[in-house]
Amino acid sequence: MSIGRFIKEKEFPLFICPGCTHGTVTNAFLRAADELGLDQNETVLVCAIGCAGRIPVFLDFNVLRVTHGRALAFATGVKLARPDVKVIVFMGDGDAVAIGGNHFIHAARRNIDITAIISRNEIYGMTGGQYAPTTPQGAKATTAPYGMIEPSFDVCALAAGAGATFVARSDAYHVAHLQKTMKNALQHKGFSVLEVLTSCPTQFGRRNQLEDPVKMLEKIRDITIMKSAAEKLTRQELQGRVVIGEFVDDERPELTDIYARLEERFGK
Amino acid sequence: MAKNRLMQGDEACAMGALKAGAKFCAGYPITPASDIMEVLAEKLPPAGGRFIQMEDELASMGAIIGASVMGRKSITPTSGPGFDLMQENLAFAAIAQIPCVVVDVQRSGPSTGGATNPGQGDLIQAKYGRSGDCPIIALYPNSVKEIYKTTIQAFNLAEKYMSPVILLLDETIGHLRESICLEEYDSMEIIERERPAIPPSEYHPYLADETGIVKLAPFGNTQGYRYVINGMHYTIDGMPNINRANTRRTVETINAKIDRYEKDIWIWEEKNVADAEILIVACGCVSRSASEAMRIGRRAGHKVGLFRPITIWPFPTEPLVAAMAKAKTVIVPEMNRGQLVHLVREYAPRDVKIVPVSLVDGTVIMPEQIVGAIEEVGR
Repeated sequence: MSIGRFIKEKEFPLFICPGCTHGTVTNAFLRAADELGLDQNETVLVCAIGCAGRIPVFLDFNVLRVTHGRALAFATGVKLARPDVKVIVFMGDGDAVAIGGNHFIHAARRNIDITAIISRNEIYGMTGGQYAPTTPQGAKATTAPYGMIEPSFDVCALAAGAGATFVARSDAYHVAHLQKTMKNALQHKGFSVLEVLTSCPTQFGRRNQLEDPVKMLEKIRDITIMKSAAEKLTRQELQGRVVIGEFVDDERPELTDIYARLEERFGK
Repeated sequence: MAKNRLMQGDEACAMGALKAGAKFCAGYPITPASDIMEVLAEKLPPAGGRFIQMEDELASMGAIIGASVMGRKSITPTSGPGFDLMQENLAFAAIAQIPCVVVDVQRSGPSTGGATNPGQGDLIQAKYGRSGDCPIIALYPNSVKEIYKTTIQAFNLAEKYMSPVILLLDETIGHLRESICLEEYDSMEIIERERPAIPPSEYHPYLADETGIVKLAPFGNTQGYRYVINGMHYTIDGMPNINRANTRRTVETINAKIDRYEKDIWIWEEKNVADAEILIVACGCVSRSASEAMRIGRRAGHKVGLFRPITIWPFPTEPLVAAMAKAKTVIVPEMNRGQLVHLVREYAPRDVKIVPVSLVDGTVIMPEQIVGAIEEVGR
């Protein structure tokens, strides 16, 4: 079936800028949803604030768009209330690991069956180009006019350290890899994290000599390296490269399953 | 079988929530409200419900809204600093019209203040603690029995008006043990939110019918009601939209439904108001001291009455004005620097003298302090 059935075309035009790659992430999600046969009625998309957090309202699912950073907190209530429903959370990097960082690590610790898709464009796009906790050191932002002075987060390492049972990274250039990884993340039972490198020519590119959307994508192509290839390189050789692939794929008791077993004890 | 038992106020709140059909509680530890979630953590799972202790109050508030969106009646208990954190998502529940109950067992503030001491400093915050024109319903019981009853009423109002409801408790009553017979309340009506009657193809979730109240289908329904719930101003389909018409409609509809049904929401108690030349207006634990002060004042020959708002928001203006009919003086004792007194001032006739009685030392106002004010006035 066509993925067009998932899109509310009557609500177009979209708000996103030319050259933005959030659409690539959405495309990969919809193809995965189609292949996996996700039921639109029994799937809840949770999202919040920012560009990445706004896209799901254009998709024909139940969509809960909440306060900045709190998507995973709301999603936890959604999933506990209806464990049979598929819950997918869409976030930007600021949403997920700045204002929402606390919720992120605790969702991972709980291993609740939610898929978190994090678009990493390394900038606050919607609010005008302020630096994010993922902005590379030295890069310019409206609040880092002399270059970013803080180190940035490794979101995948953070997720793995906090206990997420599926952790992967992909990017908007390697779309085949993105779609495959998206499907794996959605199929995983437990808390699954997919970080996707995306590009923001308008807010990041213009201040960092990457205003051409194609150049931004080429940069993603050039800095990324598949996990299998990276494993053959030394730490030195990996300087400045971003590894894509699946880093964690574990089985650990899932929160709503544990709750269901508890209920069995009460004869429910 | 009906029996009297000794119960703490916080426990009565938890039991009231269960009676009202609560199926979800999320909370974060905080004195003096933790007892409520401890009881629910024990009693919800065997009753087919879910409890989760979240990482903070921002998350607790988010989680209960998430559960309510799925059709589960939800509650979170907190106090002072936690209540501060909950304002953000309380506003979300208000604009998105998601029913839920937030219990604020007030303690002495601001900030950490006195965690184990009582205070009544959150009255105004309950209504005006959030940005924007954010409507709210808030109830304020004054006994263990009444906590049980108003908790049920809070859920009923939330479901009926698709709104968050705040239950303001006093630390004093939350931790007080009194006799209660739960079976006395067995006949109380339990209200469930209305489901949409029109088919999904014609459904506009945020287009209220003539009642002015939206009928939001729980997410995850199999009938095909699929839509957006979102915290921005929205279209009748819930889509974010901030044009003038949608902005006005969103702000007006969430507020107008509370205005329109305020008479149904108002709950209050009055004693000896018919001939009261001295009216005491008090709520929560202070109203109990006020009641005793009234008795002492009457015995001394003063025409003292008591008006007690149980619904704090929307404030029961007309009942208060009626209670002030004969009043020459209104005494307003409260455990803060003067909050309830602002409302009384706003609605009192100009020739009525207003006497605020304030106490902010982390203890309860005693009857003697109010009697002192009565004697001063009656002199």
